[in-house]
Amino acid sequence: MDTYYDPKDLKKFADISEGAPELWKKFNEWYGAVFKAGALSEREKSLIALAVAHAIQCPYCIDAYTQASLEKGADLEQMTEAVHVASAIRGGASLVHGVQMKNVNEKLTM
Amino acid sequence: MQARHKSMKAFGENLADANEQLKIINNSNGFPHFDEKFEIVGEGPLRAGKVEILQVNVGKMCNQVCKHCHVDAGPDRKEIMTKETMQYCLDVLANNDIPTVDLTGGAPEMNPNFKWFVDKIKKLNKHVIVRSNLTILETNGYADYAEFMANHKVEIVSSLPYYKKSFTDRQRGDGVFDKSIAVIKRLNELGYGKEETGLIFNLVYNPVGAFLPPSQEELERDYKRELRDNFGIVFNNLYTITNMPISRYLDYLLQSGNYESYMQKLVDAFNPAAAIGVMCKFTLSVGWNGRLFDCDFNQMLELGLIDDAPKHIKDYNASLIEGRRIVTGQHCYGCTAGSGSSCGGATT
Ligand code: SF4
Ligand code: SF4
Repeated sequence: MDTYYDPKDLKKFADISEGAPELWKKFNEWYGAVFKAGALSEREKSLIALAVAHAIQCPYCIDAYTQASLEKGADLEQMTEAVHVASAIRGGASLVHGVQMKNVNEKLTM
Repeated sequence: MQARHKSMKAFGENLADANEQLKIINNSNGFPHFDEKFEIVGEGPLRAGKVEILQVNVGKMCNQVCKHCHVDAGPDRKEIMTKETMQYCLDVLANNDIPTVDLTGGAPEMNPNFKWFVDKIKKLNKHVIVRSNLTILETNGYADYAEFMANHKVEIVSSLPYYKKSFTDRQRGDGVFDKSIAVIKRLNELGYGKEETGLIFNLVYNPVGAFLPPSQEELERDYKRELRDNFGIVFNNLYTITNMPISRYLDYLLQSGNYESYMQKLVDAFNPAAAIGVMCKFTLSVGWNGRLFDCDFNQMLELGLIDDAPKHIKDYNASLIEGRRIVTGQHCYGCTAGSGSSCGGATT
């Protein structure tokens, strides 16, 4: 293995079914249902997926959901804003833990 | 990719030649031939039915030079339909029950006999659709064309690849979005796009890049909301159209290294339900010089009608045209991917 991530591997995703076909089937049905238009449009769901993909930094998902977002009618502006939302939450989540640092600091220092 | 100011033909580019395009699209490694795939539909080979729409390409001249244009149109193109050929079309329309005429180009308005032709077709009580690029209606010499079309109850179909400026201008040229919006406002003032007037104004979305179009219904809602809220404009329906891997769009695919993966995408997304509704079953296409084709795409690839079907509009013969086998190629996958694609949008 030359690299942990190879774009071609994305096509092998379905092979995961081999170890547990029933679970794969359930995952697929659920996954399909999740992304169908409902209270949120398919475009909105793709943009959420794209933001989450950046938060968890999954290259497969970033590739797949950039394409999906375009194919659901989003543009670069919308996708960039989605990535900023993910980044803001990531950054904010780190920063908000600063209150714990402050708590500990308060307890330990005079 | 740089903006274009002239057609590929003007630059003598290889891909301006239909045979060069065919060599590339029909030699795609590993993809099943479209005819094989079409067998899944279970109707036998693809055949035409009754002609409901006569789509007439009145010339390749255009004031725009869009990057994705399947016609390779531009201001430098000189191929323009003559009045004589238009008269052949009128004769066919007078003698056959073909309810709709769809005028395309280039910019159809740039044919010097455009008004005469529309007027004559309307006198035959046919429904007329004009594929207008909008900006031509703001160009010197065409100021009264919008009113003319409204007076003749012509349906207008226009490309607006996105409800925002960036994508639209990237595909169609700088300033096209703002000009298009200004023209749409004028069309709305004339009554276009408003249910009560009966003046139909439809918009066309096509992807600005190497991807497939979204759901027509969902995108139409977005377009309607965004265009109404931001510009106060209305329209009737949105048609989502897939880009066909021919002409300038093929050039883009090859230059950007997206060709193989785009073809793969089209083939993977083959949808039998979409294939049932392909437009060549009920549309006949006439070239600027009167030649007959199964569709505007076959026209640009210079794939004429099959063997014993007539080759020219002056030889029109319904019994040889209806039921004929359609001439197919790998580009046909563009019509059958996902929700399907035609000049009237999705086919499912
Ligand atoms: S896509 Fe239409 S408007 Fe654009 S260059 Fe081609 S014919 Fe002209
Ligand atoms: S490309 Fe033309 S011939 Fe082929 S399926 Fe589409 S409409 Fe029919």
